[in-house]
Amino acid sequence: MTGRRMLYAYTWLVIAWLTLPVLIMIAFGFNDTPGRYNQSWDGFTLKWYGRVFELDELTRALVTSLAVATVTMLVAGALGTGIGYALGRYRFRGSGTVNLVMFAAISSPELVMGASLLTLFVSLGVGPGVVTITIAHVMFCISFVAVVVRARVLTLDRSLEEAAADLGANPWTTFWRVTFPIILPAVSSGMLLAFALSIDDFVVTNFTAGTTTTFPLWIWGSTRVGLPPQVNVMGTLIFLVGVAIAVTTSIRSRPARRR
Amino acid sequence: MDDRAAIELDGVHKEFVVHGETVQAVRPLDLAIGKGEFFSLLGPSGCGKTTTMRMIAGFEEPTGGTVYLDGRDVTNVSPNKRDVNMVFQSYALFPHLSTYQNVAFGLERKKVAKAEIRRRVGEMLEIVSLTGMEKRSPREMSGGQQQRVALARALVNGPRALLLDEPLGALDLKLRQQMQTELKRIQREVGITFVYVTHDQGEALTMSDRIAVMQAGRIEQLGSPREIYEKPATRFVAGFIGTSNLLDGPAGSVDDGIAVLTYGPGERVLVPVPDGVRPGDPLEVSVRPEKIDLGRDEPATAGGSVLTGVVTDVVYHGTSTNYTVKTAAGADLVVFDQNAYSAEDLAEPGDRVFLTWSAQHSYPIGVR
Ligand SMILES: Nc1ncnc2c1ncn2[C@@H]1O[C@H](COP(=O)(O)OP(=O)(O)OP(=O)(O)O)[C@@H](O)[C@H]1O
Ligand SMILES: [Mg+2]
Repeated sequence: MTGRRMLYAYTWLVIAWLTLPVLIMIAFGFNDTPGRYNQSWDGFTLKWYGRVFELDELTRALVTSLAVATVTMLVAGALGTGIGYALGRYRFRGSGTVNLVMFAAISSPELVMGASLLTLFVSLGVGPGVVTITIAHVMFCISFVAVVVRARVLTLDRSLEEAAADLGANPWTTFWRVTFPIILPAVSSGMLLAFALSIDDFVVTNFTAGTTTTFPLWIWGSTRVGLPPQVNVMGTLIFLVGVAIAVTTSIRSRPARRR
Repeated sequence: MDDRAAIELDGVHKEFVVHGETVQAVRPLDLAIGKGEFFSLLGPSGCGKTTTMRMIAGFEEPTGGTVYLDGRDVTNVSPNKRDVNMVFQSYALFPHLSTYQNVAFGLERKKVAKAEIRRRVGEMLEIVSLTGMEKRSPREMSGGQQQRVALARALVNGPRALLLDEPLGALDLKLRQQMQTELKRIQREVGITFVYVTHDQGEALTMSDRIAVMQAGRIEQLGSPREIYEKPATRFVAGFIGTSNLLDGPAGSVDDGIAVLTYGPGERVLVPVPDGVRPGDPLEVSVRPEKIDLGRDEPATAGGSVLTGVVTDVVYHGTSTNYTVKTAAGADLVVFDQNAYSAEDLAEPGDRVFLTWSAQHSYPIGVR
C-alpha cells in the first residue's frame, strides 16, 4: 500500500516538474504587465492575445521558424523515410556504415555540428541565411526520422509485401498501397519529431543563421532587454498545437478493440 | 494442350549459403502437378516444403532447374507476373484494409472494372461464408475467419494454381478439421489446382489426390494417399505416415509371388513380393497396426502370418485400444483393435498372445 502511495507521489512529482515551467509560461501570457518586464504578476488580462502579432520582428521570426520547420519536416521526412526503409529492409554494401553515421549524427553534440556546418558553408562560399538554416536542420533531422522508420520496418511482416506481389502488385504499387500505409504512423512520428526539433533549435541555427532571425534566436536576443508577453502567447499556442497533435496520434494509434 | 501439367518442376533445386556453409534446402526435383489436382507436400520441419512452394510462387529463385506453369517457362518471371496465388501461413492480410479491400486487392491490380470487382468479391465471400463481414478489418476477426479471408483473397483472382503453406497451422483442432472439410469443398467447387504444404500426415491423407512425402530436400515417395499409406516405399515413409510395424529377415521360400520369412516353429511372416526376389534375399516388411488380429488362443487355420509374443502395454484410445507386443521374432509390434467389436480388452500386459494377419496386408519396403 505504501509502495502504491509512493508511486502516486512520484508520478505527480514528475508531472509537476515537467509542467511547471510550461504553466508559468502560459500564466504570464495572461499577465497585465505595464512595461516590457514580464516577471511579476500584475493581474489577469486577455489583451496580449489580441496584440500577439504586434511586434513585427517577432512575428517575422516566428514565420521564418514555421517555414523552416515545415520544409525541414517534409524534406527530412521524405529522405529519412527512404533511408530508414532501406536500412530496415535490405542489407546492402555500406548499410552498416549508414547505420553508424545515423547514430553518430544523433549523438554528436550540437555545438560541434553547428560549428562544423558553419565552417563547411563558409568554405563553400554559401552565405548564411534561411537556406543554410534549413539545410542544417534537414541534415540533423534525417537521422531521427530514419531511426524511427527503420525500427518500424524491422518489425514489419515481410510476407505482407510478398502477398502484395503475389496478388500482382509491382514494387512501386506494393510500397504505396501496402508498405507505406502500414509504416505511416512511424513516418508521421518521425516528421513531427523533425518539426519539433527544428522549430526550437537554437545551437545549430545560431551558427548557420547569419543575419536571419528565427523564433528561438529572437527570444535569446531579447532576454537581456526583457521578454514581451507576446512570446508567452506564441509559446502557449505552439504548445497547444503540440498537445493537440500528441493527443490525436495517441488516440488513433490505440489498437482497435474487438467487438 | 489440356494434358499439360498445371505446374511442372524440372530438376529444380535450391541451395542457401548460411554463414559460409551451403545448405541443400531442396535437391533436384522433378514433379508434375495436374490440373485441378489437390496435391500435398508432406514432410517434417525443415525438409524443404516451403522453399519448394516459394520457388513455384516466384519468391525464391531456384539455384538450378526450370519451373513451368501451364507449359510456360516462368523460372525468371517475378511473382507479380505469375498466374498463381499463395495463402501464407501467417495469412499476411493487409492490416490497414477491410475484408472487402483485402479480397479486392488482386482484381484492382488487374484493372478489373469496379462493378465486376464488387460482383466477384461478393461471390467469393459467399463461398467462404463471410458475407456481411466486408467492412471488418483483419484484427476484428477470429483466426478461422482471417484464414478464410486469406483464401478468398487468393481464389478471387482465379489463379491457375493455389499454393497453401500450412494454412491451418494456427488453428485449434476443432476448427482445423472444420476448415479441412471446407477447403476440400471449395477446391471441388472452384476446380483449381491446390498445392498444399503440411507436416500433418492425417491432413494430407484425408484431403489430397496425391501426396509427395519429402525428407531432407528430396521426395521420398509420390503417390495417392492409399499408396503412400498401404505401400510405403521407404522406411522413412513407413515411419512418418501413421504407425508402422517393421520386420526384417531373409526371404525363406518364395512361392507363387509370396515370400515366407520364418522366425521359429509356427512363426512366420508372409509377404507378396514382385518377381525377381530369390530365397535368401534380405527383406523389410511393413504391416499396419489395424491389420493385425490379436488373440490368446492359437489360431486354428494358419494360412497367413503368425507371430507370438508377450503384451507389454495396453492403451485405451476411445475408438480403439492399442496393444504393444514384444514378439519372439525380436520386434515390438503395435496392434490397434477397434472397440466397436470388442466389449473388453483382448489381453492384459504379461499375457502371451498370437498375432495373425493375411499375406496381402504385409508390404515389402524398397523392393521393386
Ligand atoms: N532464407 C533462407 N536462408 C537460409 N536457409 C534457409 C532459408 N530458407 C530456408 N532455409 C533452409 O532450408 C531448409 C528448408 O527450409 P523450408 O523452410 O523449406 O522447410 P519446411 O519444410 O517448410 O519446414 P517447416 O515445416 O518447418 O516450415 C531448412 O534447412 C532451412 O533452414
Ligand atoms: Mg515451411
